[in-house]
Amino acid sequence: MQRIGVFVCWCGSNIAGTVDVHAVAEALKTESGVVFSTDYQYMCSQAGQDIIKNAIHEHSLTGIVVCSCSPRMHEATFRKTAAAAGLNPYMVEIANIREQCSWIHKDMLSGTEKAIILGKAAVAKVNLNAPLTPGQSTVTKRALVIGGGIAGIQTALDIADAGFPVDIVEKKPTIGGKMAQLDKTFPTLDCAACILTPKMVDAAQNENIRIYSYSEVTEVGGYVGNFDVTIKRKARYVKEDICTGCGLCTEKCPQKKVPNEFNLGMDNRRAIYIPFAQAVPKVATIDADYCTMLKTGKCGVCAKVCTAGAIDYNAKDEFVKEKYGAIVVATGYNPISMEKFDEFAYSQSKDVITSLEFERLTNAAGPTSGKLLRPSDGEHPHKIVFVQCVGSRCENCAEKGKEYCSKICCMYTAKHAMLIRDKYPDTDVYVFYIDVRTPGKAFDEFYRRAVEEYGVHYIKGMVGKVVPEGKKLLVQASDLINGKQLHIDADLVVLAAAIEPDKSARPLATMLTASMDTNDFFTEAHPKLRPVESPTAGVFLSGCCQGPKDIPETVSQASAAASKVIGLLVKDHLTGNPCIAQSNELMCNGCSSCERVCPYGAITYEEKEFRMPDRTTKLRRVASVNPAVCQGCGACTVACPSGAMDLNGFKNNQIMAEVDAICKM
Amino acid sequence: MNNTELKKEILRISGVNVKKCMKCGKCSASCPAYDEMEFHPHQFASMIDNGEIEPLLRSDSLYRCLSCFACMERCPRGVEPAKLIEAVRLTAIRKQGANRMTADDVPQMLDDNTPGQLLVSAFRKYTK
Amino acid sequence: MQDVKEFKPVIVAFCCNWCSYAGADLAGSNRLAYPADVKIIRVPCSCRVNPMFILRAFQRGADGVILCGCHPGDCHYSTGNYYTRRRMSMLFSMLDFLGIERDRTRVEWVSAAEGAKFAATMNEFVEKVTALGPNKRLEDLRCKQ
Repeated sequence: MQRIGVFVCWCGSNIAGTVDVHAVAEALKTESGVVFSTDYQYMCSQAGQDIIKNAIHEHSLTGIVVCSCSPRMHEATFRKTAAAAGLNPYMVEIANIREQCSWIHKDMLSGTEKAIILGKAAVAKVNLNAPLTPGQSTVTKRALVIGGGIAGIQTALDIADAGFPVDIVEKKPTIGGKMAQLDKTFPTLDCAACILTPKMVDAAQNENIRIYSYSEVTEVGGYVGNFDVTIKRKARYVKEDICTGCGLCTEKCPQKKVPNEFNLGMDNRRAIYIPFAQAVPKVATIDADYCTMLKTGKCGVCAKVCTAGAIDYNAKDEFVKEKYGAIVVATGYNPISMEKFDEFAYSQSKDVITSLEFERLTNAAGPTSGKLLRPSDGEHPHKIVFVQCVGSRCENCAEKGKEYCSKICCMYTAKHAMLIRDKYPDTDVYVFYIDVRTPGKAFDEFYRRAVEEYGVHYIKGMVGKVVPEGKKLLVQASDLINGKQLHIDADLVVLAAAIEPDKSARPLATMLTASMDTNDFFTEAHPKLRPVESPTAGVFLSGCCQGPKDIPETVSQASAAASKVIGLLVKDHLTGNPCIAQSNELMCNGCSSCERVCPYGAITYEEKEFRMPDRTTKLRRVASVNPAVCQGCGACTVACPSGAMDLNGFKNNQIMAEVDAICKM
Repeated sequence: MNNTELKKEILRISGVNVKKCMKCGKCSASCPAYDEMEFHPHQFASMIDNGEIEPLLRSDSLYRCLSCFACMERCPRGVEPAKLIEAVRLTAIRKQGANRMTADDVPQMLDDNTPGQLLVSAFRKYTK
Repeated sequence: MQDVKEFKPVIVAFCCNWCSYAGADLAGSNRLAYPADVKIIRVPCSCRVNPMFILRAFQRGADGVILCGCHPGDCHYSTGNYYTRRRMSMLFSMLDFLGIERDRTRVEWVSAAEGAKFAATMNEFVEKVTALGPNKRLEDLRCKQ
């Protein structure tokens, strides 16, 4: 049996004005379990808190009900008061008689009546309260960043800067991501490589950062503060620590016909390669799909020319197991496939290209050394058509496009158009748009410059079809402003392809039990207030894996994610919320209903031995809740068919007691 | 029928949700009969949405549409302008005596430049 | 027999801690009045509300039960309110079948910023329940004191 003390606050006249506080204190005296009841002007004041502390000692109280303002206001205060007097803080309940009673009712009679009922409900609940202790877990002071693009690099640099070790796992042979492939960046036209490569070098040289390139995460276990991650280091057949990156092997390799993915297949590389000059780590990688030695066992040229002796044809995939306190997802994006957009003749003509291909075509390190030449015949194009929203904002073609706006295309198309007009003023540039969306600092000015200073023809309308004819591409499009159908004989057509999350994101989300939306973007814990955290504790989001973003936004989010990680890693222990789900193993039938509704993956199953009434033992499958992961929403408690699952602090019988107190006839 | 009723009827016949249109103009960009038409596919969507049905009912565009369905195929929002045009045409011919020409007039209209598709579509649109 | 004019309904409102309870607090801070018949029970998430609680409320003499949660997509626990929506649409149609009118039950999404919506919802709900009169369907007379 509890010994409960009731403390009714006047809150000056805020409560006492419309609630007869003496009557409330008096009425609650007779409630079951109540041994002490009083009222005071300001319970939250030092004097008020002293009244509570003294009462706890004098009357040996085991539970407290404070009838005062909202628990969102002073629950923490009164819990601390109780703890200071040696009472478990979770034995305190608040009856909200200010925001939800005195402030909304004008009539003293009904206000008092309601306050008494709210008090009774709180007393009924405290009668069933049990002391709760928050669980504690340790924190592994090392972070994992998955993805080595600008988002991952920035996050890693910021975490490392705060003094915590951090590992970057990148599936490609080099970090740098998409930004390394870009030529210039809007809206200032800085060269992408000039601002990115110093950061890549910083990451490589930072002693707190370890880069696992050409690696993938294959398994994630554990929970916030204590993740167990398995990383697969794919065999690159070159010893990373010995290779000097001299590049001699990449010149001597006889296998010359490998499509160069860094230039999006617009030129070829060797079977042993370094993706680009500023690659980090600058070591060669053998492409096992093309290497003659690995396929037939006859060649070995690279091993012969390598003076460092770094080539190892017998290398195998290795698996590294590591513990992390926090994980940052920075898996980035890819342009969608244009193969299905037949109307633009992407598969029929080499001169219909995507914007990312265009970036390589204008890049000084690209296949044409920065000269704008048609991929088909190497001639200079004089009429270029840009098509925006290809696959973006596409509602009824889920198998082709994406429903969302890809956000970056308006700006990079303006950039492309501007760069062409700047370098080749004799070139006509047409941009077909549905809307030009430029919400960003100095973005609209940038777009207007393309139109006003550089004379780019912006035409509101869409391209209906592109037909390759001879050396030309016949573009049929609508001009909605002038009510005309246009026919343009273009030399080059550039498609602003929608962007989608990287394919590796979905399996990763499953491993992390992080939630995703229908487009495979990771969902954030709160769309406005917690935009860089995943709802799964300890998992953070950085860059385009969470939604389409440009570089400034990606970098801001990357640093924000880093600060959240640092905030987690500086803690020695994590104090959990004790109001979490708990399964009664004797009642659990192992049906997995709770596991399926848990948004955090906090519930696992274990086989346990139980003693049966006939003294035999039986192995049963029962649910167990990980206290470090459970956030206490209670979805599982309702899903549980046997009633085994309950939520501490909001137990079934506690809520039921509140219902009874309110409905008492 | 007034314009509001006509709009309701056309939307019912076609089963199209014109509100989905984002006014990109890809339908009209794809239309092979664009220059023959007074009102273009994208205008059908927006005029029906605005309830301006009478001008459409009187327009020759109804009979210029080839019913090639390029607009339906290319529309990124699934608005299906061809179905709208068809629905307006049906509404027009459901009014008594609204057939644009008799069957006997058709042979005189034919010449070598007439696409076969047009002929098929013209006869499909014909009712007694 | 109770006089219908003086009938004061008993209304139980379950509010999720993160959105609706804060919305109710905001209604209070803004002094937006709604009838004293509404008594709020705080739950961590609307998905914590077991249909059993609602049945219990009707059994013990509640005249109406309203459930408030975050807007779809805004749930603090990401998906809780979707479960609520599904569970309650089933429960309410079953209650309707049992003779508990649809107007006695309701699910409403109230964000922490929607104090005015909370008060308006409660006013409307109480008015509807009052019009229906006392609930006698599930009332368990054994519980009467």
